[in-house]
Amino acid sequence: MRGILAAAGYVPHFRLRHEAIAAVLGGRPTGGQRAVANYDEDSTTMAVAAARLALAGGGRPVDALWFATSTPTYLDKTNATTIHAALRLDRTTMAADVGGATRSGIAALLMASRSTSPTLVVAADVRTALPASADETVVGDGAGALLVGSSDDGELLAEFLGAASITEEFLDRWRVPGEARTHQWEERFGETRYVPMAREAAKYAMEDAGIDTADGVVVTGMHRRAVASAAKAFGDRVVADHSTSVGITGTAHAALLLTDAIETMQPGQTLLVLSLADGADAVVLRMTDAVADHRPARSVASQVVVGDNSLSYADYLSWRGLLDREPPRRPDPARMSASAAARTADWKYGFVGSQDRETGAVHMPPARVSFAGGAVDDMHPAPMADRLATVATFTVDRLAWSPSPPTVFAVLDFDGGGRVASEVTDVAEDDIAIGDRMQMTFRIVNRADGITNYFWKARPADPMEGT
Amino acid sequence: MGSHGIRDRVAIVGMGCTPFREHWDKSADDLMIETVVECLGSAGMDKDVVDAFWLGTAQSGMSGITLAAPLKLRNKPVTRVENYCSSGSEALRQAAYAVASGAYDVAMAVGVEKVKDSGYQGLNAFPIPGDGTARTLTAAAMFSLVAPAYAERYGVDLDDLRRVLAMIASKNHANGALNDRAQFRREVSVDQICAMPAVAGRLGVFDCAGVADGGAAAIVVRAEDAHRYTDKPVFIKALSFVAGDGSGVIDPDYDYTHFPECAAAADDAYAQAGITDPRSELAMAEVHDCFTPTELVLMEDLGFCERGTAWKEVKTGTFDRTGDLPINTDGGLKSFGHPVGASGLRMHFECFLQLRGEAGARQVDNGRTKALVHNLGGYPGEMVSFVSVLGNTLDD
Repeated sequence: MRGILAAAGYVPHFRLRHEAIAAVLGGRPTGGQRAVANYDEDSTTMAVAAARLALAGGGRPVDALWFATSTPTYLDKTNATTIHAALRLDRTTMAADVGGATRSGIAALLMASRSTSPTLVVAADVRTALPASADETVVGDGAGALLVGSSDDGELLAEFLGAASITEEFLDRWRVPGEARTHQWEERFGETRYVPMAREAAKYAMEDAGIDTADGVVVTGMHRRAVASAAKAFGDRVVADHSTSVGITGTAHAALLLTDAIETMQPGQTLLVLSLADGADAVVLRMTDAVADHRPARSVASQVVVGDNSLSYADYLSWRGLLDREPPRRPDPARMSASAAARTADWKYGFVGSQDRETGAVHMPPARVSFAGGAVDDMHPAPMADRLATVATFTVDRLAWSPSPPTVFAVLDFDGGGRVASEVTDVAEDDIAIGDRMQMTFRIVNRADGITNYFWKARPADPMEGT
Repeated sequence: MGSHGIRDRVAIVGMGCTPFREHWDKSADDLMIETVVECLGSAGMDKDVVDAFWLGTAQSGMSGITLAAPLKLRNKPVTRVENYCSSGSEALRQAAYAVASGAYDVAMAVGVEKVKDSGYQGLNAFPIPGDGTARTLTAAAMFSLVAPAYAERYGVDLDDLRRVLAMIASKNHANGALNDRAQFRREVSVDQICAMPAVAGRLGVFDCAGVADGGAAAIVVRAEDAHRYTDKPVFIKALSFVAGDGSGVIDPDYDYTHFPECAAAADDAYAQAGITDPRSELAMAEVHDCFTPTELVLMEDLGFCERGTAWKEVKTGTFDRTGDLPINTDGGLKSFGHPVGASGLRMHFECFLQLRGEAGARQVDNGRTKALVHNLGGYPGEMVSFVSVLGNTLDD
């Protein structure tokens, strides 16, 4: 029996209140808000964040990594390899993008469900929409990660019972590569296509699963009216859709909602996942007894309720490149060297330092000669990404180059040894102090020459719910 | 093995120093020509008499040709050296050792930096290709880390420390106001400095060295030959240099309240010069006041006062021009700005003037015969440090 071995969602720290948009553009605010990827996040870093939460605790077999996004950082170059490196997956683990359309998220899950080995499906989108567009108050940024495998690979949280897909060619939404704007045909047209397809896919999937009704239903898709109409048929069995707290996260939303359901449903309950994107895809799962004891590292619900909703509309627009602000009067950052980055891939992408076998002194970046004792080439790798650290001293740099100044910077001492001086993200400049606890997060340092330069930064440590 | 120094074997017989300015109308070539001509003139020499040259510059040119071409030095050994912000001092160290070794009779050290052609404020380093993981903070931010750490360790109130740092800047501005070569020649009050908006941590723009173009130069000869060129030679008592191993940035034991490289360089220099109590033996000192917390901590690292007490000594005026041990009598980096390769030799120039009694309104007159130069480069936890001791008399 195949199913879900592990699941996690990732909702970025910042929220843009719809009121903040209305204050600038006018119109009546809805009272909702959307999740916003920080200026140093993209679909790749959010995918890393979700996957790290899913794999927290370690020891999970991963035979393949599929990364689904409609907002890739690179074309031609595979984005999944960056996620692979940040997760420190084995070199023999295949990593590939299954991107382009928002349907690729549910598609990757369906493909993984029919595969034969443990497969990590990660989906993430940075959903951008033009100011004053209908999409602007509908979409949000986020990621989901699902480890799909069989009961032989570990304890399943949910089992696949059945699935069905309907495919039709019709034009509802489209975006030309590079555009911030998603175009849409007259809304009514899409609705008339999607709603019957949703009904049809759900029916076939239930038949495939051999059940009459599902205990819970999640419905997702970029077409808000079609989703609402389709969901109406399931009444109060629809579990939360997070459309007004996070926003619809496109490619990632099915995985995010499925994770939320796993974190809230009871053993034995069945779930229908219905996704409307250029057709309709339906998956039916049953929660196993394992969900009773499931303690997620950070549940979707807990991420939804925290977050900083003081983000200004101007900052949001700047972060997404929709407001062209004067850059800092400093030289642009130099592009990273591909060969240098390849040599230090474990450090750069995996945050692996080295530890002197003799003295135990941790070196970040990894070193060949120990600062404590001077031993040469007598170190073993020291993975530091999951260690917590404490602020030894800090500063706020108002002069350094940054896409979102000022830069908050701290000297961090890690539990168990090791020190780095690191940029701090997801933090207000007046909300850091000596002694604060920090965790590491994979982020964008800068972009130059079309190259996105990734490395690790610190952020205030979350209270962890599980282990 | 051992560090023996070259005490009293080499003398500085001539120096030059351009005004430090935003020299929009002068190139690095112009600055080098001006300072070399002034330097040769002060020793009454022709350039052909100089046997070898060392040029300290961080990024105004590569190779000795940077100096040889504008000055048309034909068939001479000219070497460009770079050691961060102590590049000018490094040039002097190499020239002095070359003379002490007997390889040359006369050597010249030149320092220059043309920083105002970049189009950006502040100093900007050449990017070296890397893996993209190096931190990208400004120098101001790196040194601003010292203030809260110092306050925490010694229990100093942050507002109190803010005023102490302003007193350091105010003192240096007062000294610079008396110096025609300084970039900034007006006094700035403690209140004015404290009122500036923060640029890094709690440091404001008046806590930072200025940014200027400039050049400086020195001629060194064997001590026994010195009186052939001048009546008032200045003898080199000590030259020390330490390149840190960078462990401060990765070692949790480092607390950002001191600079071990500077303390080590000072220990070596005092041993070479035979100094046991710098506070009472030195007439004055020029130190690397790139940012106000730097000068504060250096007072302790250089042994001018006990650890944890510099902030009190600043308040009582110990380091004022008329104090117990005057520091940065020429106005320091604060008033001069920091043309990287030139600054170390600019510091030596002030000691040269003071020890010869030629410092005019800034002249220190406490009867002591030795002066110290401290010149650093890099950041807390990862720096290079130079210390020299000069004197106007030969020891026994």
